[in-house]
Amino acid sequence: MPAATAVSSVPDALGRFGRFGGRYVPETLSAALDQLEREYAQAQADPAFHAELDGLLSAFVGRPTPLLFAKRLTEYAGGAQIYFKREDLSHTGAHKINNTLGQGLLAIRMGKRRIIAETGAGQHGVATATACARFGLECVVYMGAEDVRRQAPNVRNMRFMGAEVRPVESGSRTLRDAINEAMRDWMGSVETTHYIIGSVVGPHPFPRIVRDFQSVIGRETVEQCRRQLGRLPDMVVACVGGGSNAAGMFYPFVDHSEVRLVGVEAGGRSGEPGDHAASLSYGSPGILHGSLSYVLQDHDGQTADVHSVSAGLDYPGVGPEHAYWHDTGRVEYTSVTDGEALDAFDLVAQREGVLPALETSHALAWAANEAAKRPPSEILVVCLSGRGDKDAAEIARLRGLAADGSEK
Amino acid sequence: MITDNPKSAPVPSSPAKPIAKLEAAFAAARAAGRKALAPFVTAGDPDLATTVAVLEAVDRAGATLCELGVPYSDPIADGPVIQASYTRALGAGITLDGVLSIAKQASAKVTMPILAMVSYSIIFRRGIDRFVTDAKAAGLAGFVVPDLPLEESDEFDSACRAAGLALVRLVTPTTPPERAEAIARKSTGFLYCVSVAGVTGTRTELPPGLLDRIAWLRTKTDVPIVVGFGISSPEQVRAVAAVADGVIVGSALVRVVAESAADATSEMRSQVETFIADLSAATTAA
Ligand SMILES: Cc1ncc(COP(=O)(O)O)c(C=O)c1O
Repeated sequence: MPAATAVSSVPDALGRFGRFGGRYVPETLSAALDQLEREYAQAQADPAFHAELDGLLSAFVGRPTPLLFAKRLTEYAGGAQIYFKREDLSHTGAHKINNTLGQGLLAIRMGKRRIIAETGAGQHGVATATACARFGLECVVYMGAEDVRRQAPNVRNMRFMGAEVRPVESGSRTLRDAINEAMRDWMGSVETTHYIIGSVVGPHPFPRIVRDFQSVIGRETVEQCRRQLGRLPDMVVACVGGGSNAAGMFYPFVDHSEVRLVGVEAGGRSGEPGDHAASLSYGSPGILHGSLSYVLQDHDGQTADVHSVSAGLDYPGVGPEHAYWHDTGRVEYTSVTDGEALDAFDLVAQREGVLPALETSHALAWAANEAAKRPPSEILVVCLSGRGDKDAAEIARLRGLAADGSEK
Repeated sequence: MITDNPKSAPVPSSPAKPIAKLEAAFAAARAAGRKALAPFVTAGDPDLATTVAVLEAVDRAGATLCELGVPYSDPIADGPVIQASYTRALGAGITLDGVLSIAKQASAKVTMPILAMVSYSIIFRRGIDRFVTDAKAAGLAGFVVPDLPLEESDEFDSACRAAGLALVRLVTPTTPPERAEAIARKSTGFLYCVSVAGVTGTRTELPPGLLDRIAWLRTKTDVPIVVGFGISSPEQVRAVAAVADGVIVGSALVRVVAESAADATSEMRSQVETFIADLSAATTAA
């Protein structure tokens, strides 16, 4: 057990990660958040809950996911050894399922048989639809209309699994607006509905619950590094949208101060306001979607418009634990542009035979670049948060290619 | 302040305190044999000058007090009508300073106290002390902060008390009884009783159990109980006013303003006045 002062000993009883986090929501939601907190505490203490979740993570999701040596990418970079933690091999193709199964089981324990979710890239929507199909729960997914367009394969898959997808036309028609609509649905349905939030964002206790369910990524990685490599890595890298794959990967490492942790945000087209979605790199403390964290906002606290080529990173906020890690200096945060991420997509596709998600491509871009600067004795692990099938059509479109990938 | 006797009288405020204006407004309504009518107006929809005119119109038509909605980009407690009005106002360039200047201009012209309905995101961004100072200077009597629950409110509560401004708390149908009592004890100015579990927006029926809930709250607190969310017609106002101390009308008025904004100012004012006067008539005890 880490000491009480360890970086990992957050949040407190009010959901605070240092000064960040908390619960800034309408009173209508307070009782449901209290109920969720109580239920989660009981579930954590219940061996039957863990047995059921572990069973699903193994037989349904396919965990543990492998730790793969990226041999040809390492050769290309010519420096540190690069390893991939293969969340892309999870059922539904991304880390999101770790959280939706856990929260789905909590919903059942609370007697709530209707599930709502928001989604950006559609991976969380698919993972929620999947859990609901498996558990026999009703499922409604809110998704920004722009994301419905650019992540069409995931929309289709959600519908195939019986979920209702509701396109959101308000605001920027992306992830932030989808969260607003899901929250509004919950305001009116909270007594019978559980909201499975898809990242380490939102009011307490969500950031903590999602981090805990995603921490299976980091726990496995610690163990695999010890067993396969005989030691912990020198550096661990993950992309940061809301921050769930990064939080799940980093959390089991935060008390190992010798391991360098790096979160990569969406640098978009440029560092100009409105051109990126890098909340920790360019934002300031503010309140969005129920918690205090770093937010991209204007002078008055109005949420700013953001941009990323990747729908899953196209969000003006970030989880409060990341804000805490940022301010304490435990984790470094940086950003990668749309163009660099697209180049990394090609590089990893062609040198490793893995089509990474555009979100993940941000982490890969930074990792390949950094590995080149480090000696071959060092080990760098990238959280390969998801597969890129969902992005293939959009990438072809952005490059002016035909649907079959050929030059037009 | 927590006292052993839940029915203990509120601490009288000195006249210099803005909250005293609110207390006087409730007292005046009571003396006139009616309940409070509290319209909600979005600041800056469609523009600053129109909002000042709307505030004057609702004051003249018999509003007891008014809630001035501070537009916010991500209002999760609001339904489509108020959301759209916030989007229009922000699109037209409203800022927090603009909202405060509306409050300042209007408070010089109207007798009713004006409260800001404002997201804590906006308060936090300006900084609690500066926000409270600026709001007081603009003549506001207090705040309703829909996304600031009990657990997060100590610092803002202290600043409001020190400045003599009201911090109106909300109870909802999902609030457990003990928590509702704790919220009522903390509420200053009045207690906002949210009629439904849901977002703002007009509804045709009063929610079942609402009148009983108000009656129960009445046994727990002496602070005026004002009911809002979903109320739009004189019939609904009459039913609620029979048991509560006041009613809030939001989306329905926002819609009247939006639909008549294209008209000449005088025409728009008369539509707003007619709408409010009809509701106001329904607040008088039968
Ligand atoms: C593959 C993948 N990686 C990363 C993300 C970003 O989310 P988070 O930062 O919560 O991991 C998403 C979100 O949709 C995703 O699909």
